[in-house]
Amino acid sequence: MAALWTLLFCLVWPACLALTPPAELPQPHNLPPVLGMNSSDGSPSVDVPMALRVFSMDYHHVQAPFEIVLWIMLASLAKLGFHWSGRVPAVVPESCLLIMVGLLVGGVIYGVRHSAPPTLSADAFFLFLLPPIVLDAGYFLPGRLFFENLGTILWYAVLGTLWNVLGIGLSLYGVCLLAQNSLGDVSLLHCLLFGSLIAAVDPVAVLSVFQEMHVNDQLHILVFGESLLNDAVTVVLYKLFESFLRLPTVSGLDVLLGGCRVVVVGLGGLFVGLFFGLLAALTSRFTSRAQVIAPLFVFLYSYLSYLTSEMLHLSGIMAIVTCAVTMKQYVEANVSERSNTSIQYFLKMWSSVSETLIFIFLGVSTIQDVHMWSWPFVCSTLLLCLIWRASGVLLLTAVVNKLRRNAVTFRDQFIIAYGGLRGAICFSLVFLIDDFPKKRLFITTTIVVILFTVFVQGMTIKPLVELLDVKRKKRALPTVSEEIHSRLIDYLLAGIEDVVGYWGQHYWKDKFEQFNRKYLRRFLIREDHQARSSILRVYQELERREQRGDEETPPLVDPRSHSRPLLPGEMDSIRRILSRNLQSFNNKTPAYSRHTLNQDANKDRMRKPLHRHQSLGERYTFTQQAEDGEFSGSGRPRKGLSRSHTVCSISPRPVFQETSVSPASAQTAETPNSSSTSREDPVSVQNQTTVGGAPRKHLSFVLENEEK
Amino acid sequence: MGSRASTLLREEEIEEIKKETGFSHSQITRLYSRFTSLDKGENGTLSREDFQRIPELAINPLGDRIINAFFPEGEDQVNFRGFMRTLAHFRPIEDNEKNKNASTNEPLNSRTNKLLFAFRLYDLDRDDKISRDELLQVLRMMVGVNISDEQLGSIADRTIQEADTNGDNSISFNEFIKVLEKVDVEQKMSIRFLH
Repeated sequence: MAALWTLLFCLVWPACLALTPPAELPQPHNLPPVLGMNSSDGSPSVDVPMALRVFSMDYHHVQAPFEIVLWIMLASLAKLGFHWSGRVPAVVPESCLLIMVGLLVGGVIYGVRHSAPPTLSADAFFLFLLPPIVLDAGYFLPGRLFFENLGTILWYAVLGTLWNVLGIGLSLYGVCLLAQNSLGDVSLLHCLLFGSLIAAVDPVAVLSVFQEMHVNDQLHILVFGESLLNDAVTVVLYKLFESFLRLPTVSGLDVLLGGCRVVVVGLGGLFVGLFFGLLAALTSRFTSRAQVIAPLFVFLYSYLSYLTSEMLHLSGIMAIVTCAVTMKQYVEANVSERSNTSIQYFLKMWSSVSETLIFIFLGVSTIQDVHMWSWPFVCSTLLLCLIWRASGVLLLTAVVNKLRRNAVTFRDQFIIAYGGLRGAICFSLVFLIDDFPKKRLFITTTIVVILFTVFVQGMTIKPLVELLDVKRKKRALPTVSEEIHSRLIDYLLAGIEDVVGYWGQHYWKDKFEQFNRKYLRRFLIREDHQARSSILRVYQELERREQRGDEETPPLVDPRSHSRPLLPGEMDSIRRILSRNLQSFNNKTPAYSRHTLNQDANKDRMRKPLHRHQSLGERYTFTQQAEDGEFSGSGRPRKGLSRSHTVCSISPRPVFQETSVSPASAQTAETPNSSSTSREDPVSVQNQTTVGGAPRKHLSFVLENEEK
Repeated sequence: MGSRASTLLREEEIEEIKKETGFSHSQITRLYSRFTSLDKGENGTLSREDFQRIPELAINPLGDRIINAFFPEGEDQVNFRGFMRTLAHFRPIEDNEKNKNASTNEPLNSRTNKLLFAFRLYDLDRDDKISRDELLQVLRMMVGVNISDEQLGSIADRTIQEADTNGDNSISFNEFIKVLEKVDVEQKMSIRFLH
């Protein structure tokens, strides 16, 4: 650990000195002695050299990417250091620590340069730093829970934000009127504008704090969903008040138009997201031959949806969330398992980096010389934020509880109110205000509010959650039983709702599922991947985890299973597990190029007919697949293996080529009409010819699962 | 239709149903009008065909079993009392009812009774045990034709393994309750009957 800290120190110190405000033009500067580089002449060479330069340096050439990388490196090392620092993570949320690091770095830069350190430019924030976080949030959104609570979430997001904005804006104006001497030149519109940007709960801050807390799912989705969806309202109100400020007069019509605009912005974002989501799903259907770039489409389409809606002045956050939610199930079905893992990991990685950068920059940007302080304004803002949020939540919940199945308890309400953290969105928005005399005051106040909410509320919310004994998240994995019985109950409830004639949640959910199954899935999912059932998914997931010896798998209840004679079913699954493990062991290939990526060697092969592999010395049973009627949608002739192809032992061992080729079928899906049972000679002939070629070709046995 | 419904249902009956099921007056009258609209034969009882006429129920995988649950053992007609008695299972549990101890006569919509209703959907032969076959039947209905018997069998086996504590290779009601203890059944198995 000491090594880590020295590494951090050695990198951070020169990095701070190296960094200049990115907005300024690059200036020639003499850095090398500080950076510890041994060069005879550090500055970019201007003189005509007498002899050939053995060593030279040209910083301008790489300045921009170099600095960006240094910032990201700083952020990531800080995050690393944070997690290695013993007991601190338990007490202080990560966001606080990152802001403190930012403050430190900003202070160092200020101290060395005697000028303001680089600030977070609004463009960089909105275009580069925010989308990955929101995409990650949208992709991993618990869909079912979200839609079940959608009414409540919208209620909080739209009405709650309106309540907060108007409340804070008007009361602040009252405060300004009272403190006429110091705050007299802040007009009503300015106060409302300020209210609109300070009232919004920030998804980034909420995510980072709540994810360490593990409160019960419903509470989490309420706070989090609200922070995501209030973007539409915030954006509209902010832009509305801004344009009002520029107009000479404001009429009632403008206000009405503003109201319409909220709807347009929200729904527009939604539709843009839907459009791109469906497009992404459709594209992913065809990625089977170029699996490596499949994850890229997910990112490209989501980012496109964000940019498009920003271009049209719609809500980018709503677009990107909708895009992610829409495409998720289809992409997951279409794309190989490895690509799925890549998508998830990249999402997590990017959002993590973004979040870290945002908080560090928040800290750095605090160190500025543009601050203007005013005790009444700042204190009253803080107080009003808390008061209005608490009252808003109380009122709204009182109304919405009458309509909900599951009431929101007082404790939950307290956490919702207390968990309304502000973050970088407010910060960027305040910088975008047109200049006016009191703008610096606004900036200072915003920073104070953000710091207060993140530090004070962020740090104390965890002990409060424990103190108030708020219901926590159940940690266990869902068992197959739970999945099955829950499904049964869903069908039962849908049926009872039909009997009663009540168009409730289950009715609409059922209707959507039917529509989904009949049209969307047919169209958007690869034909051979269509049959999937959530029960099967859970079961496969559990099997997979058990194989890996994961401790979190729910244990099988029977403690006496070792004494009881094994049922044939158990024997089967054990045999299957063994065979799978053995097969995967044999499938380890020494190397592969990205052109012949061996697909999904370890995927579930329960549907696979297992062939005799003399080379492996294993005798598997060939299970005749009886599901010819399965994919009735496709008209292709199905014989024997039909769509399932096995992976054969791919070793380039020439000894086994002849024997191993014939049992295995090595066809890709592009030869539909070949009767693909392994035992037929044309197949083996074909394989033999390919086998004789480079070992690379030998690796191109495509494994396609019918279901994954 | 509303007026006709209320005249056919006597006040005492409404009171009795109220006591037995816990529904409110307006809920009972509303459900009675639904009952009469389903009752095409206008004889005051519903038959299986009346239920099957409901379009969405026909495509529900568990439709037949749900319909079956309305009819008492061996009978082919269900009257309004029976209809309400079955529906009472799905009434949300009110806050003031939550702390009723189990010693008093449990209301029809208690957690245990809700679970019993679900249990009976599996357990057709009413032997208080879900055998592997019964489980397989229901699984097959829910999961569709896209999974082989073998896979379904392993899933069923796993389900039984997860629940079975006494090693009889079937799920008793108590084991069923235990498996679902983490699931919020009170909320899942409730419908808001509008006033």
